Amino acid sequence: MSSDPVRRPASSQDKAQPAMTHSTVSPVLANPQRHHTAIFLLLLALLAVAPFAIYPVFLMNVLCFALFAAALNLLLGYGGLLSFGHAAFFGSASYISAHAAKVWGLTPELAILLGTAAAAFLGLIIGALAIRRQGIYFAMVTLAFAQMVYFIALQAPFTGGEDGIQAVPRGHLLGFIDLSSDLTLYFTVLAITFAGLLLIHRIIHSPFGQVLKAIRDNEARAISVGYRVTRYKLAVFVMSASLAGLAGATKAIVFQLASLTDVHWTMSGEVVLMTLLGGMGTVFGPLAGAAVIVAMQNYFASFGAWVTVLQGLIFTVSVLVFREGIVGVLARWLKKPL
Amino acid sequence: MKLTNTLLLSAAVAAISVPAFATDVKIGVLNDRSGVYADLSGEGSVIAAQMAVDDFGAAAKGINVTIVSADHQNKPDIASNIARQWYDQDGVDMIADVPTSSAALAVAQVTKEKNKVFIDSGAGSTDLTGKSCSPNTIHWTYDTYSLGKGTATALINEGKKSWFFITADYAFGQALERDTSEIVKAEGGTVVGGVRHPFPGTDFSSYLLQAQGSGAQVIAMANAGGDTVNTIKQAAEFGITQSGQSLASLLMFVTDVHALGLQTAKGLMLTEAFYWDQNDGTRAWSKRFAAKHDGKMPTMVHAGVYAGVLDYLKGVEATKGKDPKAVIDWMKGNPTDDPLFGKGSIRKDGRVLHDMYLFQVKSPEESKGPWDYYKTVATIPADQAFKPMSKDCSLVQ
Repeated sequence: MSSDPVRRPASSQDKAQPAMTHSTVSPVLANPQRHHTAIFLLLLALLAVAPFAIYPVFLMNVLCFALFAAALNLLLGYGGLLSFGHAAFFGSASYISAHAAKVWGLTPELAILLGTAAAAFLGLIIGALAIRRQGIYFAMVTLAFAQMVYFIALQAPFTGGEDGIQAVPRGHLLGFIDLSSDLTLYFTVLAITFAGLLLIHRIIHSPFGQVLKAIRDNEARAISVGYRVTRYKLAVFVMSASLAGLAGATKAIVFQLASLTDVHWTMSGEVVLMTLLGGMGTVFGPLAGAAVIVAMQNYFASFGAWVTVLQGLIFTVSVLVFREGIVGVLARWLKKPL
Repeated sequence: MKLTNTLLLSAAVAAISVPAFATDVKIGVLNDRSGVYADLSGEGSVIAAQMAVDDFGAAAKGINVTIVSADHQNKPDIASNIARQWYDQDGVDMIADVPTSSAALAVAQVTKEKNKVFIDSGAGSTDLTGKSCSPNTIHWTYDTYSLGKGTATALINEGKKSWFFITADYAFGQALERDTSEIVKAEGGTVVGGVRHPFPGTDFSSYLLQAQGSGAQVIAMANAGGDTVNTIKQAAEFGITQSGQSLASLLMFVTDVHALGLQTAKGLMLTEAFYWDQNDGTRAWSKRFAAKHDGKMPTMVHAGVYAGVLDYLKGVEATKGKDPKAVIDWMKGNPTDDPLFGKGSIRKDGRVLHDMYLFQVKSPEESKGPWDYYKTVATIPADQAFKPMSKDCSLVQ
């Protein structure tokens, strides 16, 4: 173990297309880049015209949750780690960013960055402790920490208890772009979410991502090959926590509100549901999952508690009939990784 | 075809030409429709709002009112999302009810930003007309101060001067305790102690034992809904009221008493803004309400929604339009008058001033029939029932 096992063993391979090099690890991933680029462009075009047809605040909600679900998917779908406490990162970032924008009067981009940094720091602490355990114990440890964060959010003086932090100003982006218009804010959120998604796409198709998948598929083998598995796990945990934080911090600015809902354990459950429904371990699955769940909550809001029942029903059907999730099934039909 | 068209056209012209003006008004009733406050607000508030529209004769006066409703699940984020969507997309002009302080504060914020009208009935936070006050908010029925004021003043006048608080450990419970302790001290009483329980709680025995051990004359419950109901049930098991201590609930509705039953709730002191069996006006209205609501009598929250919607429609009629500022200025400038709260007024900060009442829950022997639950102990006149205007509110100069 004295040598440097983190070093990429395949360092001599073609640098232009690093994702394709580890064909032994993940044979399905043969050249996924081209049609992914096409899908990303199509998605971007669709989302650019969408706010003129659909209520922009609803779309922003979808985008925030899409990023949140994609962050969890990075950990769950590619790292094989089921965190049941991601609301801690989402929520704490939203509190920090709301507080920074409202009380300290920071511009929205600084508030969002500060929230993300807080989530990253929290991810480092929680991650370092949680990755010492596997499987259900890992999930329980993350849940326990998330509950602690919830308790802090409920009791700390700056969070406002169950009132949350309200009337957060949307402010001016970079000090001069007024975000009070829904449309301007929408394109800001779209840019943030897209940057996040592209980053995740880059991470999972990088050598680091390949190692991650190797660890997910067979941890013992990855160790025997010489990887320091815990470092990789911690790194992906922190990345996932930061991106979840980015989503939460953005949401606080969009809705001008940070509330207990964001840190509650049901939020952790909801994002797992979005990921599984959309398709775990697929690039576009979390987006689809988030869109379906958020749309359901939004358009069926008048049914009240029945939304939860309906969600449960859909989840059951999804587990019984299509376990790969919406995008997973599509990928199987198209015989292409999505 | 041509004849039908002509007929339709002339009918439409006739319909339009009767009233002096015509306008569409959309009212959104936003409250808890599935959770702990569904009984005291919920569908009943929608019925109350519809009754206000009918009683006002809105259609005949050329005001075409539509009522929509939604469930905010007592969460501020859901409440603010729905309010935003209602204002942006669905053309809602006014939101009524909104129990749960956190949700109400969120709706007040969105309403101010979108310049619409928010008439709150279900929430209790004094912040709505205090540091979070808004030119677009009117707070109708009650608040934590007025509840504490009624109960505390009356009990201290009876000579019960030492108080012990059992408080739900969240912002609303703490605010309720804070407001009431101030009144207790101002009236010459003392607070001998207090204990905070996690929210929501299930086992209150250790808190009740501490309260019993404190020797306080009054045990005040600064909590709400299921917590209050559980505290009262367990207090009955400990025989607290039999041993001479008074149990005072700082936030309780007639539906809670209905759920508890008189055997458990008897003797309890509480303050409300409305009770169905007060006078002929309230009785007549409540019977009509109950007929539409499976025989359930209205709470003060339902009454507040009715009175608020009625006064808003009067404002729309008087100003011949629904410009939020004009309507609210009219409402604040003219006295309120309805069969449920009688005559009252709306203060500059949005607080509605009307009488509050201290009730005591009847024992099963005293009760003459279903929903006969309260006897009136005292009336707190409008000018004393509410917190004086505070400098925290930007509307108070």
